[in-house]
Amino acid sequence: MLNRQGRPTAAGDAADTATPETFTGHKGLDLNEPLIFEIGRTDRSGVDVPVPPRVTSRLGGLERLAPIELPGLSEPEAVRHYTRLSRKNYAIDMGLFPLGSCTMKHNPRLNEKMARLPGFADIHPLQPQDTVQGALELIDLVAHWLMTLTGMPAVAMSPKAGAHGELCGLMAIRAAHEARGDARKVVLCPESAHGTNPATAAFCGYKVEDIPATADGRVDLAALKSRLGPDVAAIMLTNPNTCGLFERDIIEIAEATHAAGAYFYCDGANFNAIVGKVRPGDLGIDAMHINLHKTFSTPHGGGGPGAGPVVFSEALAPFAPLPYVHKAHGRFELVEHRGEGDEHFASQTFGRMVAFHGQMGMFVRAASYMLSHGADGLMQAAEDAVLNANYILARLKDVMSPAFAGPCMHEALFDDGFLKDTGVTTLDFAKAMIDEGYHPMTMYFPLVVHGAMLIEPTETESKAALDEFIMAMRALAAAARRGEKERFTGAPHFAPVQRLDETRAARQPVLTYKAPTQMQAAQ
Amino acid sequence: MTVYFTKDHEWVRVEGANGTVGITDYAQSQLGDVVFVELPAVGKSVAQGDEAAVVESVKAASEVYAPVSGTVTAVNDALEAEPALVNSAAETDGWFLTLALANPAELEGLMDAAAYQAYVATLG
Amino acid sequence: MRYLPHMDVDRREMLGAIGVDSIDALYRDVPATALRTSPVEGLPHHMTELEVERLLGAMAAKNRAAGATPFFIGCGAYKHHVPASVDHIIQRGEFLTSYTPYQPEIAQGTLQYLFEFQSQVARLTGMEVANASMYDGSTAMTEAIFMAQRVTRRTRAIISAGVHPHYVDVARALTQFSDETLLIGTPELTDGRPGDDLDWILSELDERTSCVVVQNPNLFGHVADLSDLAAACHAKGALLVVVVTEVVSLGAIRAPGDMGADIVVGEGQSIGVGLNFGGPYLGLFACREKHVRQAPGRLCGETVDASGRRGFVLTLSTREQHIRREKATSNICTNSGLCALAFSIHLSLLGEAGLRQLASYNHARAVQVAERLAAVKGVRLVNGAFFNEFTLLLDRPSRAVVRDLGNKGVLAGVALDRLYPGVAGLENGVTLAVTETATDADIDALVRGFEELLSC
Repeated sequence: MLNRQGRPTAAGDAADTATPETFTGHKGLDLNEPLIFEIGRTDRSGVDVPVPPRVTSRLGGLERLAPIELPGLSEPEAVRHYTRLSRKNYAIDMGLFPLGSCTMKHNPRLNEKMARLPGFADIHPLQPQDTVQGALELIDLVAHWLMTLTGMPAVAMSPKAGAHGELCGLMAIRAAHEARGDARKVVLCPESAHGTNPATAAFCGYKVEDIPATADGRVDLAALKSRLGPDVAAIMLTNPNTCGLFERDIIEIAEATHAAGAYFYCDGANFNAIVGKVRPGDLGIDAMHINLHKTFSTPHGGGGPGAGPVVFSEALAPFAPLPYVHKAHGRFELVEHRGEGDEHFASQTFGRMVAFHGQMGMFVRAASYMLSHGADGLMQAAEDAVLNANYILARLKDVMSPAFAGPCMHEALFDDGFLKDTGVTTLDFAKAMIDEGYHPMTMYFPLVVHGAMLIEPTETESKAALDEFIMAMRALAAAARRGEKERFTGAPHFAPVQRLDETRAARQPVLTYKAPTQMQAAQ
Repeated sequence: MTVYFTKDHEWVRVEGANGTVGITDYAQSQLGDVVFVELPAVGKSVAQGDEAAVVESVKAASEVYAPVSGTVTAVNDALEAEPALVNSAAETDGWFLTLALANPAELEGLMDAAAYQAYVATLG
Repeated sequence: MRYLPHMDVDRREMLGAIGVDSIDALYRDVPATALRTSPVEGLPHHMTELEVERLLGAMAAKNRAAGATPFFIGCGAYKHHVPASVDHIIQRGEFLTSYTPYQPEIAQGTLQYLFEFQSQVARLTGMEVANASMYDGSTAMTEAIFMAQRVTRRTRAIISAGVHPHYVDVARALTQFSDETLLIGTPELTDGRPGDDLDWILSELDERTSCVVVQNPNLFGHVADLSDLAAACHAKGALLVVVVTEVVSLGAIRAPGDMGADIVVGEGQSIGVGLNFGGPYLGLFACREKHVRQAPGRLCGETVDASGRRGFVLTLSTREQHIRREKATSNICTNSGLCALAFSIHLSLLGEAGLRQLASYNHARAVQVAERLAAVKGVRLVNGAFFNEFTLLLDRPSRAVVRDLGNKGVLAGVALDRLYPGVAGLENGVTLAVTETATDADIDALVRGFEELLSC
C-alpha cells in the first residue's frame, strides 16, 4: 500500500513490485560511467593555457604532427567522471577493510595537510641545499624515529616501497659478502613468505631455497640449523610472520644465522604489530624494511605510492645506498656521490636506487603520524591492533577454522576447513562478504594454509565495528553450513559489477582503449 | 607409435626418432582455463627434466618439463592464438612441441597409459 | 589518542572475551628479554594536531618553495601548474584509502582509471600498450633494460651519455649482481648537440647488444630524431629504449614510438604530480604489444562480468611476484597508483588541444629565455634543438654561480658539476628549464642575475 505521496505505508510494500530495468542503465546512485575516450574530445580542454608568444621554433624539425588522440574534458565533466568512478571503489574511509598483511588502517587527514605544505610539496630535489634545510631535517627526523623504534644504528631512506626495500637489503648483503670475497649463492626463505621475497633474492642473483616450517606455523629451527652452511648468504624471514604469528625462536634463529656467516633479513611488513613493543635490533636482525604505508599509515592510494626505508645493523651500514642525509655543525647535508661523505654509513655503498632522495611526500605523512601518536601512542596502536585480531580469532574460532592456535599478532588466519562439503570455496565466501558490505580478507595467502583467509582488522576499528563484522562472518558461516550455496557462488549480487571473466582478460588481453573503428580495422 | 607419461603429467608420443610432447588431460583439468603457453625456440636442446615450456592459467604458471632429452624440432604455433586447445584437446591438438630424441633409452623409465591412469587414481 | 577508538573499558571487555588478563599475555611468544612494557625512550609522547602543525609548519617554512621564487630547475623534475581539481579528486577517500584492486567487483573505480591511464600513456608515447605505472622514471628504465634482456636473450645494454646520470647510477647499481653488462657513454657539451653520442653508440652496437637506451630530450635538453638509431638497432636485433623525463615535451615533439622505439619509459611527474622534493613520482612504462608478456609491473585489462557488462581486472598477473615468486619478471609489488590517477586527471583536463598548447607555450618561453641569456657576456648557449630545457656554458665554474644566484633568490638551474662531479668539460655547464610557471618578472630576475654575476 502506498500513501497519497506515493510512499510505502508498511515495511515490505516496496518489494512487492518487481524491480524494473532502468532506461539509462543507471540504478539510482549506482551510475554507469563511460571511458574518457567515449566522452572527451581532442579539441576540448579543461585547462586555460596562455597563447604562446611567437618565436622561431627550435625543435629541430621534430614537430609532432600526427594526431595524439588524447580526449579532453572540461572541469565539470572531469570532476563528474572521476567522482562517479570513485563511487565504485571500496575504501577504508567506508568501512572495515580486513585485508591481511596489507594493514588497511585509517589515514589521518592531518598527514595529507602537512604533505601539501608548499615548503614540502613544492620544492625541487636538485635545489641548492641551503634552500631545503627544512626538508633534509624532516628526512633526518623520520630516520631518527625509525632507528629509535627499531633499535638499529642506521637507516637507508630512499627505497620507494616494501619490495624495493627488500632489494636494498639484499643488495647490501650481497655487497657485504663480496667485499670480503665470500661468494655465497643461496638465500633461505619460508614457503609462507610474501612473493616479493623470493623474487627479490632471485633478482640479486641468489638461488632460493625453502626454510621448513613446524606444524604450529613457525620456522623449524632444527631444520634451519642443519641447512645453514657456508653457501647460505642470508635468510629472509617475516616477523611477525605471514601466518600472523611471532617467531618464538627468533633470537636463536639470528644466532644460528650469524654463526653460519649469513645475514638475517627481516621482512618488516608486519612491524605494525610490534612497533613500540619490540625493537628488531634486540632480536639480532641485520636489515629490515619498513612499509611506511602500513605501520605509519601513509595512504595506499589504490596500490601506491609506498615507501620502504631499510634499517641496518652496524655490519651492513657501510653498504647502504646513496644518497643520504648527514648532519654536521648544525647543517644538514645531502651526500649524493661516492667519496663525499666521511661516515661509516654507506662508505662502501652498493650505489643508488632511485633518481632522487626517496618518497618525501610519504616521509612527511609518516612524520605527522609518528608525532601525533608519540612513542606512547604507537605502542598503544600496536597493542590495539593485536587485541582486535585476537578478539576476532576468539569470537570466530567456534564457527570458522583457525589455522593455528592463538594468540595471534595483528592478524588472524583461518583455513577453509569450516567450508568442507558445503560446496562453497574461500573465493565464494569472500565474494559474499562484499554483499554484506565488507572488503574481503586476504585469500589464498599464505600458501601454506589450504584456502587461507587472513583477517587483519587493525587498531582503527572500534569494538562496535568489530562486533558487527563478527556477526556478519558468523551469519555467513552458518549460511554456508545450511547449504545456501547460491548466496555464495553467485556473489557478489550487490556490487557495481558481478564476477569478472578473468580468463577472457588474460587470453585476449585488451590493455588500451581502441575506438570501434580501430577495432574493426584490427579484425 | 607409443605414448609415454611422466609423474609431472607430461605425455610424449613417439614415432621413430621423434617425440611429440604435451600435458595430460588430468593436468589441464587441474590447471583450469589455460590462458597462455610459452614455448621454446626451435633448435633448443633440452635434457630430460629440464624446463621446456610454461603453461599459464589465470592464477598460476607451471613449468612443463622435457619428458626425455632431445632437440626441439617444432612447436605448436596454434597455441599462441588459441591456448584453450590445451583444455579442449590436451592429448591431441593441444600438443606443445616435438623433439628429436637424443636418448630413446630414457623412455623405459616412463609410464604407459595404464600405469599413468593408476598413478592419477592415487592422487585423489 | 584521536586515532584510536577503544576506551579502556572496551579493552578490558575484549581481553575478557579472549580469556586473558593483560595485553602482554597476547605477546607471550615474544622472548621476555625483548618485550617492552613502557614506551621507547628518546622519542616524544603524543601531540595534538595543533602541535604537529606548528612543528612541521616551522620545518616547511625553512625551505624555499619553487612557487615563491624565480625558478628554472629541471633535470628530471619539472615545475608545472597543476589544476586545483586534480588534488581535490585524488583526495576523495574512495581513491586515497583504497587498496590494490585485487577484488575487482568493488574496485572498478581504480581499475577503470588505470585502464584509461594505460591508454593515455600508450597514445602519448606512440606505443601500443603501457603498464599501470612504476616507482619512478629511473627504476622504470632499469626494468626496461631487464625486459630487453628477456626479449632478446642478450646481456649487453648501451646507455647514451644523454641519459640522466642518476638514472644511469640506478641501472648500474641494480644490474651489478646480474649478468647484464652496461656500456655507458661519456657526456660532452658538443656545440649544437650536447650529450649526443650517436656515433659512439653505432660503433658499439652489434649482435650482442640487447638494447640501446637514449633519453629524448636528453639531460642537456638536446632533442634528436631517433629514427635512424631505431633502424640500426633493429638491424642488429636489439631494442631501442627511449627515456622521457619531461612528458610535456610529447605534446610538441615526435613520439618515441613514431620514431621506432620498442620500449618507452618515462617520468610522469610533470603532469599532475608536482615536485615533492623527488618523490613520490610516477614511472611510465610503454612497449610493443608483442612483448607485453615480458613487461614488468601491473597491467589492467578489459573484460566482461557474468552478465556481460564491461568491466576491468588486473591481468597477465602470472608475470608477477605474488604468483611467479623467484621467476617473476620483476620483484615489484607496489606501483604509483595515486600519482597515476593525478596524471590521468590532469591529462584528461588538458586533452590533446591543451597539451599541445602547453607544450608550445613552454617551448616558446624557453626559446625567449635561451636567446636572452645567450646574449649575456660570458654565456654561451650550447644547444641547437631543444624543447623547454637547454644548457649554457659559462666562462667560469657554474656551481658557485648557481649557488650565488640562489642566495639572491633566483633558482637558476642545475650546475652540471652537481650531477657529474669531477667530469672534465662539464664544470662550467648549467642546465635550465623554463615552464609556463615562469613570469616575465622571474625571467628578468634570472637574466639580470647572470649579468651581474658574470660581469665581475
